[in-house]
Amino acid sequence: MSVAVTVESIQKTFANFAALRGVSLDVQPGELVALLGPSGSGKTTLLRLVAGLEQADGGRVLFDETDTRQLSLRDRRIGFVFQHYALFKHMNVASNIAFGLKARPRAERPSRSEIDQRVSDLMELVQLKGLERRFPVQLSGGQRQRVALARALAIEPRVLLLDEPFGALDAKVRKDLRSWLRDLHRRTGHTTLFVTHDQEEALELADRVAILNEGRLEQVGSPDDVYDHPATPFVCEFLGEANKLPVKVVGSQAFFGDRPVLGGLQQNQGGPASLYVRPQHLRIVDEAPLSLPGVVEDLRRNGAVRRAEVAVQGLAKRLDVDLASQVAPARGERIRLRISHGSLFAAA
Amino acid sequence: MSETRLHEAGPIPVYRTDRALRDSIWIKALLLTLALTFLAFFLFLPLVSVFVEASRKGYEAFAEAVTEPDALSAIRLTLLVAAIAVPFNVIVGIAAAWAIAKFNFRGKSLLISFIDLPFSVSPVISGLVYVLLFGAQGFLGPWLKANGIEIIFALPGLVLATVFVTFPFVARELIPHMQALGSSDEEAALTLGASPWRTFFTITLPNVKWSLFYGVLLCNARAMGEFGAVTVVSGRIRGVTTTMPLHVEILYNEYNSVAAFAVASLLAGLALVTLTLKTYLEWHYADAIAATKRH
Repeated sequence: MSVAVTVESIQKTFANFAALRGVSLDVQPGELVALLGPSGSGKTTLLRLVAGLEQADGGRVLFDETDTRQLSLRDRRIGFVFQHYALFKHMNVASNIAFGLKARPRAERPSRSEIDQRVSDLMELVQLKGLERRFPVQLSGGQRQRVALARALAIEPRVLLLDEPFGALDAKVRKDLRSWLRDLHRRTGHTTLFVTHDQEEALELADRVAILNEGRLEQVGSPDDVYDHPATPFVCEFLGEANKLPVKVVGSQAFFGDRPVLGGLQQNQGGPASLYVRPQHLRIVDEAPLSLPGVVEDLRRNGAVRRAEVAVQGLAKRLDVDLASQVAPARGERIRLRISHGSLFAAA
Repeated sequence: MSETRLHEAGPIPVYRTDRALRDSIWIKALLLTLALTFLAFFLFLPLVSVFVEASRKGYEAFAEAVTEPDALSAIRLTLLVAAIAVPFNVIVGIAAAWAIAKFNFRGKSLLISFIDLPFSVSPVISGLVYVLLFGAQGFLGPWLKANGIEIIFALPGLVLATVFVTFPFVARELIPHMQALGSSDEEAALTLGASPWRTFFTITLPNVKWSLFYGVLLCNARAMGEFGAVTVVSGRIRGVTTTMPLHVEILYNEYNSVAAFAVASLLAGLALVTLTLKTYLEWHYADAIAATKRH
């Protein structure tokens, strides 16, 4: 049922804006992949190209072995959920969901009772039983989202494409729908691509995350992979917070000024580099060979964790440090920081 | 509990809002009076006077004025011209609006300007243009004459002039609405496997049906009431190429004011029916209209 999607060096230019500059991506059958990037990164364009709503200027998209250029929009059999759902306002929920089935050519069209059955099954699946006769304006945002999903699933799509599926919803509904969508995907097993600019959403939901920036693919990998081992400074900064330290690499150690701050480095060419360290990878220690002295300037609460802002001599920006629950430094206290994990990129 | 005590706090001082409200009532009254006076003097009074004038000599005179052969012919011709011009403009108007709203192409803004042309050009000039093109001394006149085709001083000329003058109504109503709706509904239908035709008839058209309906009403009202352009191409052959507005003018020029107002009252009645229909539908389908216009 579900197909593998292969994107081969796709290029797309609008007027004189290069939306995609050679993007390649393999998606396995049944995989849930997030296309993540800031606005203007080309993620929505890529999704629309896979859908067939845009034509590529170069490269191609394969569904299994089939070049999609040979397929009409109807034959592609994709389920597309639009950012603002694009529900048909003059049709009730049941008619919206049945639309794709009723639109089939007569020979392939299921019978009336089969369509009714399918609509009823889908209403059950998206937990909207009893709302069949409602019109889209009478539904909440989350309900509309699920109707849009049910409508896309009705045609038994080979690929499910979601454009900012939770973009128009408030925070609480987003969270609920996120885990609900994850469950749904586990049950139905559609090859799914979804676009988001929310890194938390991408990391939580996807099997793999593809990070786009300015029309190029920066990195593709599992959430753990891209978060812990970012391939580029962009990925590192885009996926959550990171402190940036200018360092110099000599041998297997990174030096901040003349002080070694990180050791055990491999595969490095030496010379100036940027060291990115996430706030949770900085720890306050008593005394250690590899440590960074600083002064606690401010203490804040950042959601679940407490955070210290630490001024370090020779660094214009304060370091953000997540504090372990038992550690309680005071403002103005001199401390030492140990870097437990960091990402090193040769300075540009 | 502390929450409930919050609600028991002293009365909220209301004098401020009260005074603000009183100010706005005066302004409201002034504006309303102004608007209603204007409407009464410039719209309602003339309309009433048409009907009063028409019925001044009693029902007999009225009936005779609207059933004499020339009047009947004018009524028939008016309806015929509208019956051709309105559907034509609906089809072309939908096509133009669709192209402008859903696609990007070279010369799009030029096309939008051209759609407005009939509004900005005096109707007399649009009539004259057709005379210049198709008249006996005109550009295509000799060829048309040789082939026995009559356009000017005949039904085709009347239809052409009416089409030209009433073209913008449908397109003008549809373009902003279609642009506001965007293309995602259509894209959704296409990805769900609907053919372009099916998409157009089950999605695009129902989405804009109210704008389309207003456009058709306005287009029809103008098509039946058009005077300037039609008068130039008609040649005013009484009982042959005179539409209702032309017939009214001829009667009036003959000092036959009762007959003139009798026929005029039919036109005015048509306008009232149009208005009533529009209001009724707006009232009856308010929810549906709001739903299709909401984005």
